Amino acid sequence: MSIPLLTTVVLIYLAVIAWLSLRAWRTTHNASDYMVAGRRCHPFVMAMSYGATFISTSAIVGFGGAAAVFGMSLLWLTFLTIFIGVFIAFVFFGRRTRVMGLNLNAHTFPEFLGQRFQSRGLQGAAGLLIFIAMPLYASVVLMGGAKFVAEILAIDYNAALFFLTAIVAVYVVMGGIKAVMYTDAFQGSIMFTGMVTLLVITYYKLGGITIAHQRLSDMKELAIQAFGAKGHTGWTSFPTLGSEYWMVVVTTIILGVGIGVLAQPQLVVRFMTVKSDRELNRAVLIGGIFIMVAVGVAFIIGPLANVFFYYDNPATQGQIALTAAGRNVDQIIPMYISQAMPQWFTAIFMVTLLSAAMSTLSSQFHTMGTSLGRDLYESALGRRGNSMLINKIGVLVAIILSYLLAWGLPVFFEGGTAIIARGTAIFFGICAAAFLPMYFGALYIRRMTLAGAFAGFATGIAVSLFWILFVHLAESKPLLICRALFGVDSLAAGSIWAAVDPLVVALPASLLATVLLNGRGRQVAEPFLQKCFRNVR
Amino acid sequence: MFGLEGGAVPAAFVLTVLSAALCVVYGAVNWNRGGVTEEELARQEIWDGEEKQIEDKL
Repeated sequence: MSIPLLTTVVLIYLAVIAWLSLRAWRTTHNASDYMVAGRRCHPFVMAMSYGATFISTSAIVGFGGAAAVFGMSLLWLTFLTIFIGVFIAFVFFGRRTRVMGLNLNAHTFPEFLGQRFQSRGLQGAAGLLIFIAMPLYASVVLMGGAKFVAEILAIDYNAALFFLTAIVAVYVVMGGIKAVMYTDAFQGSIMFTGMVTLLVITYYKLGGITIAHQRLSDMKELAIQAFGAKGHTGWTSFPTLGSEYWMVVVTTIILGVGIGVLAQPQLVVRFMTVKSDRELNRAVLIGGIFIMVAVGVAFIIGPLANVFFYYDNPATQGQIALTAAGRNVDQIIPMYISQAMPQWFTAIFMVTLLSAAMSTLSSQFHTMGTSLGRDLYESALGRRGNSMLINKIGVLVAIILSYLLAWGLPVFFEGGTAIIARGTAIFFGICAAAFLPMYFGALYIRRMTLAGAFAGFATGIAVSLFWILFVHLAESKPLLICRALFGVDSLAAGSIWAAVDPLVVALPASLLATVLLNGRGRQVAEPFLQKCFRNVR
Repeated sequence: MFGLEGGAVPAAFVLTVLSAALCVVYGAVNWNRGGVTEEELARQEIWDGEEKQIEDKL
């Protein structure tokens, strides 16, 4: 790759980030500006920020690589992400969250829940969960970004990690959520352009849409030969019902992420950053198109990389994508870009991936920081002080913690890349199981009690952890706790349950606990409910 | 359909496009609906005022 070209593109990119951050910093005057952008965000900024936060480098590289193995069945996740993650989320969750958030003057997702159920304990517990679980998610995204920068610029991983963290830290700490969202919108625009270009060039190179798909369909026997024992039926068809691949595709990738998106604290808070429903309505249009491209393209390009590597690339002829990439799933997309795309595009795509990493990271740092500052320190512990300064310190602590984790994790996990997708899935699953029943109840069930909320929250966490540590082989095996205690990699080893994602079990359990215990304990007073639900339609 | 096999993957393609179209149509139809109300503006001003008071005290 041309180093002068790459350097120029990266410098322009960083200059724009610096300008946007400066603009955000100048207009951030109080805690409301710092945490919910003064509730006056533009719909384009809101929608792009929502999408860019959701999609990290691992979503493009990791899930794109996974699609090269599993095939186009992963497009179901694109459908769910648009339908549930944008349409249902914005129309049925977002509007109520915005109005109720304003009624209650909530600045964070835990504060929203705590205020709704009149419990500082619940706010503190939700903040604590985010502050404990999110550093793992943030550190794996950070690792992915730093590894990528280190490879491209041929520098040391630790140096890449330090500079990436420092750049994101400066603008998140100084400009709060305004800086996060302004830069997200810019980064999202780059991602959108990069992914559209990638799709167009790929279809053009492979002979057009239908021909490219047909060539991939004709490789069916190769797929069955390589992965048929696990249920693979070809890259353009769905895995065999109930097979190991079916379980992974349906429970972990499609349901885990597709439903998990509804209760992500870093996404929910964005609903509270706009001033009216009109902005949310407009954001639905923008978000739907953005997610279709940003998520969908990776799931089309990944499988089609098999056609390129097998037929069109002289260096890898006769090899499917996984074999061509040395059986490293995370190498498939970068290798495809470097070998199939023109050189000028490689530089653009590098900035696309950098944008994906930085946009997700900035939101994670901000969410963790406000959980520590606003939800734990100010609310649960009842300490008073300059709220904006407290939250800035919270963000800084969260960044340092994530940095140390990202620095230490590769020491324990060789290669480190597989853990990126795993860390993302774990966080999404825990959040969905712990928060979704309570969040839905807060918005739609007036008579929901604190006991019901806590029951679902605790059950969701407990069942998720049990399943991660002792049942779901993908996690229980590398974590070694199950082996240390019971002498086996999974308590369900040999059965299909070992491949079932924690969310599929933990979310219904959490829902059941919420229903069973709802109605017990103190009821929220009617005048307060009227205040909560004022103008909620 | 489009060179794809079976029913599930083509269905995912179609549903992806349809769900994006739903978002576009919904956004376009409601583009100017649900603007900010006087009451919401007043409420926001109250919260801002309260926050400023706390900061001034500190």
